[in-house]
Amino acid sequence: MIELKRTIKYESDRVPGFGHEVMSVPGCEQLETCIQCGTCSGLCPLSIFMDYTPRQVMELTRSDFKQEVLRSTTIWLCASCYACTVECPKQIRITDIMYELKQRAIHEGIYPKRFPIPVLAQEFYKMSHKHGRVTENFLATILFLKTNILAAIGMWRLGLNLITHGRFPLKMEGIKRKDELGRMMAVVDQLSIDKLTDRRRAPAAGGNGQGGH
Amino acid sequence: MKFSYFPGCSLKGTGRAYEESLLQVLQVLGVELVELEDWNCCGATAYMAVDEVKACVMASRNLAIAEKTGCKQLLAPCSACYLVLNKTKHYLHESPSVEAVIQKALKEGHLTYGGNVPVRHPLDVLVNDIGLPEIKKRVVRPLKGLKVAAYYGCQIVRPYAAFDDQYNPTTMDRLLEAIGCKLVPYPLKTRCCGGSLTGTLPEPGLLCSYILLKEAIKRGADVVSTVCPLCQFNLDCYRDKMAGRWGHEMIPDPADRNNQVPVGPRLDIPVVYFTQLLGLAFGLPEKSLGLQRGFTPLRLPPVQTAAA
Amino acid sequence: MDPRFADVRTGFYICHCGHNIASMVDCPAVAHYVAQLPGVTLSRDYKYMCSDPGQELIQKDIKEHNLNRVVVASCSPLLHERTFRNAVAAAGLNPFFFHMVNVREHDSWVHTDRAEATAKAKALARAAIERVARHKALEVKQVPIHPDVLVVGGGIAGIHAALTLANAGKKVYLVEREPSIGGHMAKFDKTFPTLDCAACILTPKMSEVGAHENITLWSYSEVVKMDGYVGNYSVTIKRKPRYVNEDLCTGCQECIAHCVYKEPKFADEFNEGLGRRKPVYIPFPQATPQVTLIDPEVCLNFKRGVVTGKCKQTCVEACGEKQAIDFTQKEELREIKVGTIIVATGFQTFDVRRTPQYGYGRYPNVYTALEVERLVNASGPTAGDVVLRDGRRPKAIGIIHCVGSRDRKTNRWCSRVCCMYSMKLAHLLKEHTEAEIYNFYIDIRAPGKGYEEFYDKLLDEGVHFIRGRVGEVTDWAFIPEEEGKLIIRVEDTLAGVVRRVPVDMVVLATGLEPHGDAQDVRRLFNMSCGSEGFFLERHPKLAPVNTFTDGIFIAGCAQGPRDIPDTVAQAGAAAAEALVLIDKGHIEQEPNTAHVLDDCCGCKSCLPLCPYTAITFDEATKKAVINEALCKGCGTCVGACPSGSITQNLFEDEEVFSEIEGVLAHD
Repeated sequence: MIELKRTIKYESDRVPGFGHEVMSVPGCEQLETCIQCGTCSGLCPLSIFMDYTPRQVMELTRSDFKQEVLRSTTIWLCASCYACTVECPKQIRITDIMYELKQRAIHEGIYPKRFPIPVLAQEFYKMSHKHGRVTENFLATILFLKTNILAAIGMWRLGLNLITHGRFPLKMEGIKRKDELGRMMAVVDQLSIDKLTDRRRAPAAGGNGQGGH
Repeated sequence: MKFSYFPGCSLKGTGRAYEESLLQVLQVLGVELVELEDWNCCGATAYMAVDEVKACVMASRNLAIAEKTGCKQLLAPCSACYLVLNKTKHYLHESPSVEAVIQKALKEGHLTYGGNVPVRHPLDVLVNDIGLPEIKKRVVRPLKGLKVAAYYGCQIVRPYAAFDDQYNPTTMDRLLEAIGCKLVPYPLKTRCCGGSLTGTLPEPGLLCSYILLKEAIKRGADVVSTVCPLCQFNLDCYRDKMAGRWGHEMIPDPADRNNQVPVGPRLDIPVVYFTQLLGLAFGLPEKSLGLQRGFTPLRLPPVQTAAA
Repeated sequence: MDPRFADVRTGFYICHCGHNIASMVDCPAVAHYVAQLPGVTLSRDYKYMCSDPGQELIQKDIKEHNLNRVVVASCSPLLHERTFRNAVAAAGLNPFFFHMVNVREHDSWVHTDRAEATAKAKALARAAIERVARHKALEVKQVPIHPDVLVVGGGIAGIHAALTLANAGKKVYLVEREPSIGGHMAKFDKTFPTLDCAACILTPKMSEVGAHENITLWSYSEVVKMDGYVGNYSVTIKRKPRYVNEDLCTGCQECIAHCVYKEPKFADEFNEGLGRRKPVYIPFPQATPQVTLIDPEVCLNFKRGVVTGKCKQTCVEACGEKQAIDFTQKEELREIKVGTIIVATGFQTFDVRRTPQYGYGRYPNVYTALEVERLVNASGPTAGDVVLRDGRRPKAIGIIHCVGSRDRKTNRWCSRVCCMYSMKLAHLLKEHTEAEIYNFYIDIRAPGKGYEEFYDKLLDEGVHFIRGRVGEVTDWAFIPEEEGKLIIRVEDTLAGVVRRVPVDMVVLATGLEPHGDAQDVRRLFNMSCGSEGFFLERHPKLAPVNTFTDGIFIAGCAQGPRDIPDTVAQAGAAAAEALVLIDKGHIEQEPNTAHVLDDCCGCKSCLPLCPYTAITFDEATKKAVINEALCKGCGTCVGACPSGSITQNLFEDEEVFSEIEGVLAHD
């Protein structure tokens, strides 16, 4: 038996104002003028893996289809190589919009629980807050432990090679004035630039990774 | 010539060889580097995915420290750091409200942001400031016979084409030609290597890096020259996985195009930093350039005598 | 009695305009108010002043009451000022003793309160009464129009305009910068949508121009100076040396056959660099005039542009008795007088080196559209055989639309003809090669007559249309079938997939843009350019061939990208506009011009300010002088003069101040 899927979008599926919020980031207002030419998708090296191509995500964002956009694989697959941004005939900052969408998805916890990419982003965030610098091998280890322990074991050879080639430092890098950085971040937390800042504020450093649906 | 130097987290970790070779090469050229005092992580791409304003704080703290030291220019070899620092400068210029928040935050460290320290890339400095004639003078062992695929990656030419063309950059090509290398035509010179996806989502990520190696091999390159620690890592450290997944693919043998050969065995093409090649041309010892850190060692063609 | 109104007898009329004014303004009240004002002899309100009875009322009053000033308060002067001025003139009163007040657009149509509207009408009326007392009698100037015409640019637009005017019996100078007329159209193979051969429809017109007794054709010439004003232009034209005497050359081309260069060696401009020519050459077989020319940059008889006499000069020998070759030829300047000028200088194609991502220059088999026109043309460098630069014959061809157009990084506009010519090239290439043809587009723009049907025909022929803008062309092959090909990776947005399409040949549909020297040319002719750089028309809808300078007209792609039918139509329109002036013999000028008073101190502040370059400096009197024929009455110099030494008719200081006083006087 074939399985049929009914897809229709009603106006109630839209989240009015979502598109405008995303466009309020400096440089992203050009999204209004997108003519859906497809240059971005044509150039994007990752577009062949995405469920919605970058062009489709632009249209969905502009039309306020928030849930579809934040749940897409697109925003996580974007490697921010900027190939789309430099070629776009309307000079839309597509990569920056992708970052915007990543931030929102992380903030609202919309991603599968152990999906490595947002987990990596948050672990990076936490480590850089705590120490001021990031030590790659520790970060990678934490990432694998949190998302896919079996894969971590599969990386043993890589780990060994890195150690034998002297690319696996055992000391955690850090800055001297850690609390200074902490205070700077606290200032940002307190200040609210516009209503957007509240919604984009990330979880406080030290908290657990947010779960998903 | 004196620069303030921002290594970034990678150059102290997996990208250690980049720092080693860069420092050696600049020393030969008489450029003084002063490592930025108490520099912090720039945030790279991962941070920007979490919080934009705080990402600006991370980057601006470094810029503000640089300003405070009175340095005229900041050298950022890592592509991601180079991009993030420049991007932050643009962003603060465009968004006064964000800049106001940053200034307040920086006060906690008795710092201010003036936006007047340019962030430069070593390729730019080497070719445009120091100049190719100066570099040629220091070459004691021209790398004749070495065929190089110059791979720039995405972040030093996009989105800001500060010192080179976005579609067809030639700075590294010209630099390597000046030290005797032969550059193979390489259309993928600015195509993304997959970035951090190689670790998080191997299927698409590794494919991006594999494509780059495969094309370099097809074009007959002996070595791939990179500018970015993450690109170098991706191209250098996942060969076994690539061979396992795609090693059976057939390509025209670069030595004899009529013959099809499997790509797997040829994946051991060495991947180095351009500064390492530069250092070899300057006659510096291999160990000092960190060449032993590459997973595949670089074998230089024998020095050609006058007869050859 | 106020001495300013001593001899003034004003008639005031306020129009109801049906309900338009009367619904918001109490017209009888205004008329009653004005009747009390100084200088007013009579004050009426009437239903429709612009009607015949309304006008006759004014004329009757002028005669019976000996009025010497008339004020009508009604609609905008743009609509009926001329009507009322003519009515007043017909009654024997100088039309500039008439003044019009707008109490409709400026008053009743923008108020919701009757009391306020009426109060404003009274104030405006009073201002008019004060002002008109100070009006002076003015005469409309008549400027005679020289009957000859200059047409600049010998493309299809210039050719058509020149022929139209010449056939109407006017003498036309046609000046063309290239050695032959024909423009871009001469390079096309076939034209869309009829697939007419371009040369076949163009060359008869070119011959007609060459043979027409009323057309003086100066090819290989440029306009270098233009002075004067409408009806009286003095133009200096530089005739570049061909080193071949046009009058003596018969076009036999023996000189070319016998040139010391046995084989053609130099890039052939007409064939877009795909072919070769010798130093002595003729641009293309049907060139008009049918005269050869010599390129001093490469001819052996020259060194750095100077004749050396070192060459054997076999060309001169071959020319024989005709003795048409003349190495002593020099640049010549000719001055002509014309009454009207039509600028039809056309366009240039977008330089694809600005978009390096498409690989032009890097990959030999990437072509521009014009190059392909020459490639498929029977008189092109390969006689119509589609052989690529590397010797291959294409089995798959990709045509990329919108190169340089619709892009904020290059040109924002749509170049209008590229979709159609891309489809035409698709058809021609398919005919010549049987290859698979792919058109990569964002939208298909096919608005003209027969255009959509042409698109339909092409779909019928099996040409593939993929909706997706191409970001780059590369040669890296991902699968073995792609080896040795150029790859176009694009999102097929309609099918919803990303595709890699390997082709042998890439054709770039380059857009149209203004010539590189458009800014210099427009200054030469006292014209403006729009923001994109094309010459600016006076009104985009109602005056597309006129410019802001009377007597200068524009036609064709110089004004904006367009296809051949529209270009020819515009050229005819421009010729008609020129004929209007020539056949009338004179034009009338609104006398609201400025003039310089005697107390000008010669500071020259006004000279650079005039947007119409109407002010010059008289070295003899050391005073500024305004050319009233060029002056458009904008008032800039009047306001700027530091000593108040410039005054303007109809806007003299006294007139303006009295108007202000009148408004303020009303309580």
